[in-house]
Amino acid sequence: MQYLDFEKPIEELNEQLEKLRKLGEGGKVDMTSAVKELEEKISLTRKEIYTKLSGWQRVQLSRHPARPYSLFYIQQICSRFIELHGDRGVRDDNAMIGGLGTLDGESVMFVGQQKGINTKDRQFRNFGMANPEGYRKALRLFKLAEKFNVPIVTLIDTPGAYPGLEAEERGQGEAIARNLYEMTLLKVPVICIIIGEGASGGALGIGMGDRVLMLENTWYSVISPESCSSILWHSWDMKEEAAEQLKLTAQHMHQFKLVDGIIKEPMGGAHNNPEEMAKTLKREIKKNLIDLKDMSPAERIDARIRKFSSMGFYEED
Amino acid sequence: MSWFRRTKEGITTSTEEKLEVPEGVWWKCPSCKKAIPSADLRGNKYVCPNCGYHPRINSTEYFEVIFDEGECKLLFENLRPKDHLHFKDLKTYKERLEETAKKADVTEAITVGVGKVNGNKMVCACMNFNYIGGSMGSVVGERISKAIDYCVQKKLPLLIISKSGGARMMESAFSLMQMAKTSAKLTQLSEAKLPFFSLMTDPTTGGVTASYAMLGDINMAEPDALIGFAGPRVIKETIKKDLPKGFQRSEFLLEHGFLDFIIDRKELKQRLSDMIEMLMALPASSARS
Repeated sequence: MQYLDFEKPIEELNEQLEKLRKLGEGGKVDMTSAVKELEEKISLTRKEIYTKLSGWQRVQLSRHPARPYSLFYIQQICSRFIELHGDRGVRDDNAMIGGLGTLDGESVMFVGQQKGINTKDRQFRNFGMANPEGYRKALRLFKLAEKFNVPIVTLIDTPGAYPGLEAEERGQGEAIARNLYEMTLLKVPVICIIIGEGASGGALGIGMGDRVLMLENTWYSVISPESCSSILWHSWDMKEEAAEQLKLTAQHMHQFKLVDGIIKEPMGGAHNNPEEMAKTLKREIKKNLIDLKDMSPAERIDARIRKFSSMGFYEED
Repeated sequence: MSWFRRTKEGITTSTEEKLEVPEGVWWKCPSCKKAIPSADLRGNKYVCPNCGYHPRINSTEYFEVIFDEGECKLLFENLRPKDHLHFKDLKTYKERLEETAKKADVTEAITVGVGKVNGNKMVCACMNFNYIGGSMGSVVGERISKAIDYCVQKKLPLLIISKSGGARMMESAFSLMQMAKTSAKLTQLSEAKLPFFSLMTDPTTGGVTASYAMLGDINMAEPDALIGFAGPRVIKETIKKDLPKGFQRSEFLLEHGFLDFIIDRKELKQRLSDMIEMLMALPASSARS
């Protein structure tokens, strides 16, 4: 178990509990009541910490190394999954995965960024930072889904689109722009769920949905708190403050009506109970798909355009 | 005792290389360093008569360049920015907006005008780099959105002149969503079979590149403009290598297939009217009919 800095009190209590249990196992002293007392204290401390998370702490949770990623969820919630590769142009982008899944007997096209689970894998997945071919692969799969009337679910988890030399050569900007445009016109239902990091255009590039949902401990922003700190404060040390100012949490985003809903995570974050998280996710996907299937393609497209066009704040003289 | 000692008396920079030139009368080309009378620059459509350099200009000058007699009607000027999030970095967004309003001759990072281009009516939404770095905030998105509605209603073509550092961080996710908003609205312009011309000028980066700037029916750029998604500094830090010469410049984008052509500012007006006439001469065909 890896603890984040603000989880230190829980770590200490857990260590104490471990010690007590060991003493108890010796059999000489009865530790049952002491153990129970400590367990209650841990539960209270957890509640206290996790119900008052700051923006930055949620950013930390969204990046927790044990946090489940796209492929884990897909494999948990689908009885069958066939991964599909390649953009048919340049190469297969391993930071962007996709494929056909069967969700309680129904086909769903899944597309999402994928992060790695160990050092080697993280490199293989380019830390979840897709190149233009990743966005074009996503678009190819969206179109495939549309052709066969299969609804689309995207799982968003990226620190941003990859800012590399070749990415620029192959048109990172064009690839993302094209997706925003084409996703607006997709005839099938589209659900987008932010399961980790939702950084800027790289996230939005697969994020134009009829429903955009955020897991409780994720963030969605125009820029990462670190980069924002570096640009606006001319220092890397203001990331906590930047996270507060950016109002990037699921709670803020929902309050601003920039996303359509929040999906609750297990206490302490998705990694504390990945299976339970997957079950919740499945329930939410099914519920939203049922609602969306009641609408005609034209109604969904109209509503999509209306929703995104209404975003913004300004004064009218 | 000071660290440095003056060895020569007086100012030694020759007048030709001086950076500061009295405003108004003379303009100094940052590229060829030649001092040029401002009237000559204006007469040459804001292109350096000596070396062809395209200095950064705002909507006021672009409208003068493209519209007949430099005349147009400004639209949606009543939409003004607002500090909805109470954003504060080293100063508050509200202060920033107030300071900018005092300095700038425009009301936001984009100005929309409707006028005639060699007799052809057209709407132009032109970005202003001197307004918070031409950053894309809610007003930019809303003015573009309203410009699209106006075009659809009056059956007019749209030109967007991009010149932007990208997102407006002080509007956080609202800024990000302007990418979604403008792209979604552009589908309606396309549905109405009205041409969308995108002109990228120096610089066009970030969220603007990753939304409307790249979505033109015709994508064009001024010569030697910086155009990209990520900024050169970020890329350099990521790949830890120097960037090749000409990287992310208009000519580079043309070579890689992202532009239809590069256009000199002096030829812009003629090219626009040519394209409007060629694309809108006949009723546009709808699919499979």
